[in-house]
Amino acid sequence: MSKQVKVDITVPNQTKYLGMIGRIGESMAYSLKNYQGNRRELAYHLNLVLTEALANVICHANDFDPDKDVRVTISASDQDITIKVFDQGQGFDLETLAKLKARGSDEGGRGIQIIFKLMDQVRYIQEGGNNVLEMTKHLH
Amino acid sequence: MQLAMTEKGDIVIISVEEERMDAHNSGDLKEQMLQLFDEGKCSLVIDLSTVRFIDSSGLGALVSGFKNASAREGSLKLCCLQPQVRSMFELTRLHRVFEIFTTQDEALASF
Repeated sequence: MSKQVKVDITVPNQTKYLGMIGRIGESMAYSLKNYQGNRRELAYHLNLVLTEALANVICHANDFDPDKDVRVTISASDQDITIKVFDQGQGFDLETLAKLKARGSDEGGRGIQIIFKLMDQVRYIQEGGNNVLEMTKHLH
Repeated sequence: MQLAMTEKGDIVIISVEEERMDAHNSGDLKEQMLQLFDEGKCSLVIDLSTVRFIDSSGLGALVSGFKNASAREGSLKLCCLQPQVRSMFELTRLHRVFEIFTTQDEALASF
């Protein structure tokens, strides 16, 4: 893949779409022509990061509101993959969440931690009136 | 979520017959385990051989079951994890919390 490939998809604010979006991320990993790393692992990680970010928006930012939508973009080049997940919620403090450490007996709190562990750059920004969780993975 | 249950004496084996355990379906496993605990069945083996993908919600459901079983002087053990599912337990360090076995028989023998 010498040119950038971009997927832009909007789904209803429902958890049943998690698998579909995750599998798109996996397919993107397998379509990278010049990637030298462990492709199977990358595919799993992209599936996971997309699932975690999307679930966070559906369940928290959009509060399970069935009238809302979730937009996801995935851009891949030879250099990196960037995932953006858009929400219209109240927003959250990424720095605070990043500092929270789930202990062994905690049931929740691992989603954002997993995203930070697997991606090289994570930002929560404003774009076009939406909140955007932007996550980038370098491929070299 | 498709769950199959088998009883071996006091132990209940729950086989998760899904490719994915995520925020969409993990609540079903949590509810099933709570129902078993209410019935006094607190020794569980969760067979994850079919599960190819697990996210933080799936892990959270298992932690919930582990905590509830322990609080009732029972236990929850895991078996038959696919490599990528196993890697999630290592990534989150939950492999230090759960007893994880290669086969159902090994898990059953550990009680």
